[in-house]
Amino acid sequence: MTQEEIRQEREAIKRRLQKEQRQLVVKKFLHNKLAMIGSVITLSMVILALSAPLLFPEGPLVTSVFDRLSRPGENGFLLGSDNLGRSILVRLLYGARISLGIGAGVGLLSMILGMVLGLYACYYPRLDNAIMRVCDALSAIPSTLLAIAMVAMLGGGIGNLILSLTVVSVPRVARVARSSAMVVKEQTYIEAMQSLGASDMRIIWLHIAPNILSPVVVQASYIFANAIITEAALSFLGVGVPQPEPSWGNILYDGKAVIHKAWWMIVYPGAATALTVLGLNIFGDGLRDVLDPHTN
Amino acid sequence: MEEKKLLLRADNVKKYFPITGLFGKVENYVKAVDGVSLELCKGETYGLVGETGCGKSTLGRTLIHLLPATEGSVVLDGVELTGLSAAESRRLRSRVQMVFQDPYTSLNPRKRIGDILTEALDIQNIGAKGERMDMAMELMQQVGLLVEHYYRYPHELSGGQRQRVGLARALIVNPELVVCDEPVSALDVSVQSQILNLLVDMQKKRQLTYLFISHDMSVIRYVSDRIGVMYLGHLVEEADTAGLFANPLHPYTRLLLSAVPSHDPHVKKQRTVPEGDLPSPIDPPSGCVFHTRCPKACDRCKQELPEMRELEPGHKVACHWI
Repeated sequence: MTQEEIRQEREAIKRRLQKEQRQLVVKKFLHNKLAMIGSVITLSMVILALSAPLLFPEGPLVTSVFDRLSRPGENGFLLGSDNLGRSILVRLLYGARISLGIGAGVGLLSMILGMVLGLYACYYPRLDNAIMRVCDALSAIPSTLLAIAMVAMLGGGIGNLILSLTVVSVPRVARVARSSAMVVKEQTYIEAMQSLGASDMRIIWLHIAPNILSPVVVQASYIFANAIITEAALSFLGVGVPQPEPSWGNILYDGKAVIHKAWWMIVYPGAATALTVLGLNIFGDGLRDVLDPHTN
Repeated sequence: MEEKKLLLRADNVKKYFPITGLFGKVENYVKAVDGVSLELCKGETYGLVGETGCGKSTLGRTLIHLLPATEGSVVLDGVELTGLSAAESRRLRSRVQMVFQDPYTSLNPRKRIGDILTEALDIQNIGAKGERMDMAMELMQQVGLLVEHYYRYPHELSGGQRQRVGLARALIVNPELVVCDEPVSALDVSVQSQILNLLVDMQKKRQLTYLFISHDMSVIRYVSDRIGVMYLGHLVEEADTAGLFANPLHPYTRLLLSAVPSHDPHVKKQRTVPEGDLPSPIDPPSGCVFHTRCPKACDRCKQELPEMRELEPGHKVACHWI
């Protein structure tokens, strides 16, 4: 056999096995009811949020004062209108962009930061106490209060909101990352890498990090959900997303004043929040089952 | 026997693990290895036996500087290993390697076999990037793995195949000394012999030196040229394989050998059962560490640590009675 033939044969084997391995993971995911239900709910929310500008190019700020507080279905408002005559449906969809965006941003940032902190705390015992005690101190303060304090200090706006919610959530990820890394660090394959002379960086990022990814991703999906709730709470209290930008919490805040005659202003954003959070949590549970190597 | 070249000399090696109290204060030490001296010659297999917890794995790790020795010196081919800098010890890694006991935890579950092997080359900077795959494939073939295993994940392999990968990972950097830490004790008996034969094969092909750690007397007897018997951090007897099995001198060695089951059911063996458990290495007995379980123990044994003495050429024992 020539070099070229050997190479081709190897490529063929590689492709066949990779396909096999991919199919196995996909199959496992498709067979997990929780993961499927959760991802369907979450994905449809994301798709709705992304398609908002296509469906309603006029935007969420158009007022129609004569049609204020229309009931659902009245005057062409599918889910009713608010006290300024803005369509609840349009505001919900545009609000989803902000609420989901904040949630995703917080989830992603906390995941990255939490992993860095957890990994270094685990691998360098000198850093362990310093990092983890700061995390303990942060989680000792009620998270909503801490977020309010940080927003008050930094000022409103979506960026600051993401930042303060991240600070609140990082300790949770860091703790999960550290405890999983502690288990991985004691595995023989880490010792084998040390015996090969691998650098600390290589061991931390190429060998420990990939093996703690699944619990951390699962945790990040819970934090995603939690951030949506906390954002809604902050906006409801008036310290979240600045008006008139719609977020699910903002719509609730507007509805508070007219709750006795316009139930739709409370029920729809509340339901959207609850459904999304439920979807994300179910997705997280399913993901945990799928990613857990022990169920292989 | 021809004169053999010395590869590694360990002199009075000690490894103590500190036990820290509430505020990081060192309260006591686990004396896992407490003054062991031995020599490894090029191309031989040195078997290390002893019961669980006697410090044989720790000794293996200390000898290849995977754990820093607390005291004593280890010289590999003229290079003192204790107190090597991080960079120097990284270079040393290609000369000494280890095969681990549990093939299920010794391979990173998220890496393909090929990546595991080529990464070892990458770390030690051996070969050009394009050559590494061929080098890995060639070695995989030598240890009895197929081309397709290159693209497999560890969980897709059987225990025996994984142990072959573990051996390949150790051998790919071309070491001179390989510490085999109970490489077959986690495997089925039928697979054990395959892996043992593979180890012997590779040793012949590559002139390897093995430090073979095991608690299984029959395995040790099969692979070893010389055997050291360890008890509670001390080497109590050392001899060539034939000599040790024919004429065990130390009471502990006799006890170990009497526990080996015979394949002839008609042979009635006189089994000596040790009294009590292995004492704690945190607070080892005074004098000879074996005196608490030794049938012959006397007052002298309780006070004085016996020296290792060479009774016959190559047969050393540490006991007051012999």
